[in-house]
Amino acid sequence: MSSQIQNNAQLTQLSNTPSLRDLFTQFFIIGAVSFGGGIIAYERILLVEKRKWLSADEFMAYLAISQTMPGLNSVNLAVLAGDHLRGWQGAVIATLGLIFPGSLLVLGFGMIYASAADHPSINPILTGIAAAATGLLAAVTYKIGDTHWRHVKSLAVIICTFILMSIFKLALPYVILIMAPISIYLYRPGQTQ
Amino acid sequence: MSLLIHLSWTFALLSVLAVGGGTAVLPEMQTILAHQFGIDHTQFVHIYSIGQLAPGPNMLMVLVIGYQIAGLIGVGVVLLSFFLPSSLMCFYMGRIWNRFGESPWRRSIQNALEPISIGLMSSGVYAVAKASVVSGITLALALVTLYLILRTKINPVLVILGSGGLGALLMFFLN
Repeated sequence: MSSQIQNNAQLTQLSNTPSLRDLFTQFFIIGAVSFGGGIIAYERILLVEKRKWLSADEFMAYLAISQTMPGLNSVNLAVLAGDHLRGWQGAVIATLGLIFPGSLLVLGFGMIYASAADHPSINPILTGIAAAATGLLAAVTYKIGDTHWRHVKSLAVIICTFILMSIFKLALPYVILIMAPISIYLYRPGQTQ
Repeated sequence: MSLLIHLSWTFALLSVLAVGGGTAVLPEMQTILAHQFGIDHTQFVHIYSIGQLAPGPNMLMVLVIGYQIAGLIGVGVVLLSFFLPSSLMCFYMGRIWNRFGESPWRRSIQNALEPISIGLMSSGVYAVAKASVVSGITLALALVTLYLILRTKINPVLVILGSGGLGALLMFFLN
């Protein structure tokens, strides 16, 4: 309740507070045009550059929370930015706007796939697309890994996680239960990168 | 009914475990779907590819999985259970964070979780690759795509559609 009051106080201070409809429209546009990933980049352009709804610092802080918390980073960012701008209603509206266009399209494709899965031409096309999608996923993983690939400590954690998950085939909760304490110990405050 | 509850529980769990983004839970999702819902690896990779072609978060492909398992009701169940738990956690975390601001432990935990999520993403690449790289042609397509995405500015969707078309043609003529 106190945070509600705080938010309302914030609302009256900000001159560039969007209406819920504007918030929905802007996130809807991102959800509709962000083919091939890079949604975070689109969100940054909207929030920081185009509408100046967040400062660059606020954006980085929210991005960090988005990446640390479970869930899709782009969706988490919409939740946080929406809450920042219009409270819980803003969070709901921004998230719905972001996932609405893609949901409709992916569902359309999925229905076609479900009804045409036996068609002889579908299999080679999807096999080709799947191979390419693997290349894309590898590229995205490499990019997100960024400098971690060059730091011995990071690389050791990456490799151990991979081995537990893919070679020993442990269930994900166990992998996290094993790796998180080790990694947090390695990165405890006061340690160098 | 029990199928829907099972579906909802499965995706809620995956939602909460998706630290570092959806790709981190790809291998786990693939295993669970194969063992408990009869979605085989080929189907999974096909659905994953479909997700890459739509705009927005590419993990929206979970909706297609819901559709395959339980039709439109399945879509609703998966949508709610995959997006609601993690979004709620992030929502409250954001409010707590705003109250506490920067602390050395928060920074440490974030730094510690990053390489784990990259390791999990690598496992995701491996899981998808095992099911999709099945021949010389598919290996070449994957490598060419990897190169094009890393080294050029071509829109990823065009690269994927191009590779898909080219691959289909090659496989059609070689078979």
